[in-house]
Amino acid sequence: MIRLTTPISESDIRALKVGDEVLLSGRVVLSRDMGHKFMVEEKPEWLRPILDEAVIYHCGPVVRKEPDGSWSFVSSGPTTSIREEPYQADVLETYRVRGVIGKGGMGAKTSAGLQKVGACYFHATGGAGALIAERVKQVVDVKMLEEFGSPEAFWIIEVEDFPLVVTMDSLGGSLHEDVLAESQARAKALTA
Amino acid sequence: MTECQLSSQETVESLSVLPKDWQVDLRDLASLDITLSTLELIRRTTSRLPQDVIDALARGHAKEAQASRAANTLGTMLENVTLADHHVAPLCQDTGTVIFWVRHPFGVSQRALKQQIRQAVVEATKRSWLRPNCVAALSGKNAGNNLDPFHEGHPVIHFEEWDQAEVEVSIMLKGGGCENVGAQYRLPEASLGAGRDLKGVRKCIIDAVVKAQGQGCSPGILGVAIGGDRVTGYEKSKELLLRRLDAPNPDPGMDAFEKALAEDLNTLGIGPMGYGGRTTVLGVAVEEMFRHPASFYVSISYMCWSSRRMTLRLQNARPAIFE
Repeated sequence: MIRLTTPISESDIRALKVGDEVLLSGRVVLSRDMGHKFMVEEKPEWLRPILDEAVIYHCGPVVRKEPDGSWSFVSSGPTTSIREEPYQADVLETYRVRGVIGKGGMGAKTSAGLQKVGACYFHATGGAGALIAERVKQVVDVKMLEEFGSPEAFWIIEVEDFPLVVTMDSLGGSLHEDVLAESQARAKALTA
Repeated sequence: MTECQLSSQETVESLSVLPKDWQVDLRDLASLDITLSTLELIRRTTSRLPQDVIDALARGHAKEAQASRAANTLGTMLENVTLADHHVAPLCQDTGTVIFWVRHPFGVSQRALKQQIRQAVVEATKRSWLRPNCVAALSGKNAGNNLDPFHEGHPVIHFEEWDQAEVEVSIMLKGGGCENVGAQYRLPEASLGAGRDLKGVRKCIIDAVVKAQGQGCSPGILGVAIGGDRVTGYEKSKELLLRRLDAPNPDPGMDAFEKALAEDLNTLGIGPMGYGGRTTVLGVAVEEMFRHPASFYVSISYMCWSSRRMTLRLQNARPAIFE
């Protein structure tokens, strides 16, 4: 098990390989469909310091507003990443993001972006919303809450020991491609 | 085998939103109010995974190589099940499209029941048991209350009048990730070499599972309807996901087909979350329907491992039953 803390340096991220299991701590920024479209189309400057060498998490959490006005996460597992495929590589490059957390993996365009920028795709356990919410130590801030609604807003959080698997690395490796190829071959045999 | 101990029935009852010793009164059906019992149904469904699904996950965990990614992932899933139950937190942040099936005797007002169910959904959303998951299709605008902004399309409610004296409300929380990997095939399908027979159906199902990979949050559960039209086929495929994993198909031939197919699918090597492994599906439910002579649809609904479903039974002068 490898421990990583944000901000992550390029050399640390380039040392990671497909299949590595990681415990991530530090700043994570939630963003999904509306956020990615927004980042690519508007390229807002104010996101730069927030995203620099940080990690983006594809997640639309269930949140609770506490009596003191602060927010807490109730359930916060990953959402399907492939929907961000048209945008992800641009976002990585524009904001120098070191990692993307999601589920299901991403495609060739994102893989090229990971290699160029020096970033990894981390896979979280889909559906493990309650467990991951436990690893969220603090909700630091939220941006675009009014405009996007709570599942789509940029939630900025601090996590501790968020369990992840590297499924796409900065060398072009992809566990998703390997599993896809093997399962396609097996399916062919099953239906022959 | 990983321990996954849900809290006791007493604990669940003590947290219920229903008043202690609450009993159903079905003598005057026109004034029946299911708001609170539906709210309790949602509370339990979002935070407690059905035991048959937990057992299937645990069997998968035992089957995977020790300390493999697949075993660790199934272990994380089981740990999540325990945590969600103990905290009464949503198992998954995607609390899905909220779908109800209501069966009721003659004399019940569907209009009234619909409003009560809608009220329960709004309240459950306020309590963070449901995520506000209902947005306007084009603008993406989220009213935050889980109600369809245009019509009364969400929550989805199917009504059916039946001969029995009791009222039955089944619920399913169907996540978006797994909904997206559902598929409908029209046979014959040349690219798969799938003809209009059970062999062709099998090819479609294998194809759908390979295309889904881990994206529907495998290990998944499949509901497959053979026949129908484009709407009724999908509708049936979804309803089949309500069947318990340990309940056999009433048709012994189809039951054997389901079991053999599940075994075959588990040799695909997709595994939990698509990381590789021996646990790709937890179960398959297949049923045959009518069809138009010109059409032959195979409709496949994919349910994620977090298969949140439950049935509320209301019988006169008895406490509400959740199962």
